[in-house]
Amino acid sequence: MSLAKKLSMAASGLVLIACATAAEAKDLLFWSTQARPVQEAQAMREGVLSGFDTPVDYQPNEDGPWLTRLKAELQAGKGTIDVLGALHGNFAAMSADDLMDLDDLGVSAQSTTFNTLAKLGTDKMQYLPWMQASYIMAASKQALPYLPEGADINALTYDQLIAWTANVEEATGEKKFGFPAGPKGLKHRFFQGYLYPSYTNGVVRTFASDAAVTAWEKFRELWSHTNPASTNFSFLQEQLLSGDAWIVFDHTSRLAQAFNDRPDDFVAFPAPAGPTGRGFMPVLAGLAIPKTAPDMEASKALVQYLMKPETQIATLKATNFFPVVDVALPDDLPPSVKAAGDAVAKMSGSADANPGLLPAGLGDMGGDFNRVYVDTFERIVLAGQDIRTVLDDQKKVLAGIMEKTGAPCWAPDAPSEGACPVE
Amino acid sequence: MTGSATSQAALPTPRKSGRFLYMASVTLLCAWVIVPLYFLLINTVSSPDTVNNYPKPFLPPFDWSSLQFFASYQGMLSALKNSVIVALMTMVLSITIGAPAGYALSRFEFRGKELFRMLVLLTRAFPLPLLALPLAVMFIRTGLDDTAFGLALVHTTLALPFAVLITFSLFSGIPVELEEAAWTLGCTRFTAFTKVVLPLILPGIAASAIFAFVISWNEVFAAAVLTIENRTLTAFLLAKLGEAPLHLKFAGGFILVVPALIFIFAVRKYLFAMWGIANR
Amino acid sequence: MNPRLLPYILILPVTLFLIVFFLYPFALVAQEAFTAGGGLSLQNFREVVGYWKFPISLRNTLLLAAAVVPVQLALALLMATMVNRMNRGRDLVLYVWTIPLGISDLAAGIIWLAIFEQSGFLNSMMGGLGLIDRPANFLSYQHPMIVFTAIALAEIWRATAIMLVILVAGIGLIPKEYYEAAEVFGASPWQRFVKITLPLLRPSLQTALILRVVLAFEIFAVVAALGGTIFPVLMGEIYAYQFDLLNGGAAAALALIVLAISIAFTLIILRVLRVPKGATI
Repeated sequence: MSLAKKLSMAASGLVLIACATAAEAKDLLFWSTQARPVQEAQAMREGVLSGFDTPVDYQPNEDGPWLTRLKAELQAGKGTIDVLGALHGNFAAMSADDLMDLDDLGVSAQSTTFNTLAKLGTDKMQYLPWMQASYIMAASKQALPYLPEGADINALTYDQLIAWTANVEEATGEKKFGFPAGPKGLKHRFFQGYLYPSYTNGVVRTFASDAAVTAWEKFRELWSHTNPASTNFSFLQEQLLSGDAWIVFDHTSRLAQAFNDRPDDFVAFPAPAGPTGRGFMPVLAGLAIPKTAPDMEASKALVQYLMKPETQIATLKATNFFPVVDVALPDDLPPSVKAAGDAVAKMSGSADANPGLLPAGLGDMGGDFNRVYVDTFERIVLAGQDIRTVLDDQKKVLAGIMEKTGAPCWAPDAPSEGACPVE
Repeated sequence: MTGSATSQAALPTPRKSGRFLYMASVTLLCAWVIVPLYFLLINTVSSPDTVNNYPKPFLPPFDWSSLQFFASYQGMLSALKNSVIVALMTMVLSITIGAPAGYALSRFEFRGKELFRMLVLLTRAFPLPLLALPLAVMFIRTGLDDTAFGLALVHTTLALPFAVLITFSLFSGIPVELEEAAWTLGCTRFTAFTKVVLPLILPGIAASAIFAFVISWNEVFAAAVLTIENRTLTAFLLAKLGEAPLHLKFAGGFILVVPALIFIFAVRKYLFAMWGIANR
Repeated sequence: MNPRLLPYILILPVTLFLIVFFLYPFALVAQEAFTAGGGLSLQNFREVVGYWKFPISLRNTLLLAAAVVPVQLALALLMATMVNRMNRGRDLVLYVWTIPLGISDLAAGIIWLAIFEQSGFLNSMMGGLGLIDRPANFLSYQHPMIVFTAIALAEIWRATAIMLVILVAGIGLIPKEYYEAAEVFGASPWQRFVKITLPLLRPSLQTALILRVVLAFEIFAVVAALGGTIFPVLMGEIYAYQFDLLNGGAAAALALIVLAISIAFTLIILRVLRVPKGATI
């Protein structure tokens, strides 16, 4: 019976401990989907939030738990979350009634486009633009000798990129292009913000156009030189470091570790250009206060603190996300920030730049919208189905989403009256 | 316990080749379990560079930098404490309310028995992340939210099917005549149970305890949603592990594995506790 | 105490517990599955079943269960009988074999990815032995069979211990006299296994199989780690509906379909491995 005795002793001991821990001081709860990797979370706590006068409990979570907890608090009408940090897409899927209007804080982003996005279709700021990033290309220096003749790495075209990856494959016998097609990879952003704008000068209107067929043919070609294990890749810094991929496309913060670990081994450069320019797209994260925040004044103070120029620079160092307010960047930045910053500056400053905007007005259909592009990729590229058939098929789904949400076109698509049409 | 004497009887007179085959299979099966864990250990004590490089070493290089990172990670200790508390509570709860039901299932015919069995089983067949939202709303309203006890209640729901069904199958394996014999010798149903059946069921209790502890220890989703200040180690580490740099993934995974292994080691001998009793 | 009431008193705590913490939230979620556009409808079921990945993920899930569970059953039985007849080192061997119990599916996925990835341990080993010139790509979409095998191996490694522990506890209850008597009559080890161990182990076998099969339909983390996006399974689709598409109704509908499959298999196992009341040995 010793087991039973031990169990009962354990049980009584537990009650004591549970009671003892009940009365601790309450910190501000910062509930975030960003800066999730352990090192970034640690840097947020130590480098960014430690400067605030009240202790902040920084809790990053994946979208699932993040949203479940938030919804539960909103439904229960009582909460512990003080400040929310998430991507534009996370907030766009929420009801504006659940978030506090933030106009009276007196802070906003430098970019009016970002500030408009943050209103989520209302006339008040529902969240505050917090920090931004983008997607870029990176390569191992071992790959540089195989650049096609006459190609400028800072002004590549898609054809040159394909030729480059082909050269590498020929020389090494291995497919060395890396693409984030894994379960957590951000592949849909490549299609929406890079491939489509560069080939069709649109995302929605031109979804099934002839130019789109060309775009997918090109991508298929690129895929033939892509590491076939890419369907497992979600953070290309890992494959850069291991050498499984030499030339990659990914989110700036998902490449950061490669540059920080071995700054001399890698180069960052702009995304390639197609017939209709060099398409690229920003990533925007925002801050918001849920209606159920227990201490509204403290929440607002924390948001204001995070928007200060000094805090924004500290955040840049911690997370590799760039400031959204006007700041002068210091010199002592980590290598990853310098590399990514240069690449983004060259990309947006290039003569053929074709910047796209984040999808707006999709509400909680943002996930369905992404799935259209991911499904198209999986059917055309992985399953090898006919491009025209797949596009005509997926076009119906896309048109259904646009009609249901009534979302108007966003750049680079030409503006529309009412819902953006799929032509 | 007189393990060696009794099991000797069960042993066939071993022929040499059979004996060799037997030892070889045992060794092979042990290697099958241990080798992947050994790889985890190698990666845990490798420098980030080594973890990312090809080919991989086959001897641990003993670079402690990844583990050191976690040692300096604030909140690890209190998260570890919370995890242990929740797991132990889950264990006690699931056994105390699960074992009686297992006994009832094995010894009685009653209306609704099949329905009850199905209900118990269904808890494992429906994904918890979908149930987390209504549960969290309920917990916030009742004040169970962010308490170790609240989370233990949810984990108990997950562990109950194991507790009920394992104890059921073991009670079924104990001849009812044994209990009846005790009744004729003047025991009440209750004393017959405690004196005769309970000692026999100890391995089942141990098995259920292992399951309850491990289920609670490794559960991420409910822990991430239902605890804020009282985070468990799993929610604290594992929820973010999927996106950590490789070397920290391995080190974090390793840190999570160790306490569970210690627990299984502690309980393991109860799986054999009845050895010799059943042999009478 | 009224003996007819006794079983109900014994199951009362579990029943109450499950009503509050399972049935109540379950009813809320299930209700969502049958609601679309404000009214009662099967729209959510039509949507998830009509999606092009549904047949693929259903097939993958069933194939994986069909490949993994029988191997695990055989392996667990083998291990349990081996442990049972062991003289020395029984504790240690049993401990080693139950170790994977303590490893979460996420961690197991990480471990096996380290083995199978391009710069992983398997390639390092084969390279070291001179079997290959350059690391092979095991987990690519061009080799679905290798990916399937890798996932199956990882699952067998991770979850065989669940069955093992249940069977070891059950085998310990079989009185040794039966084996001694059988030996007197000259039964071979195989005959003893088939005629004594298997029939008397039926309650434990049933429990182990049911739990394992139900869990096999919930497989997700290991598949995501090794199969990436090329091996969709039902549970992954449920999560995608719930958290990527924010379509709780569709997620609940798909989860109910998985539930129905689990119930069907449970009933089959219950029928095949019927346990007599009170074990009349």
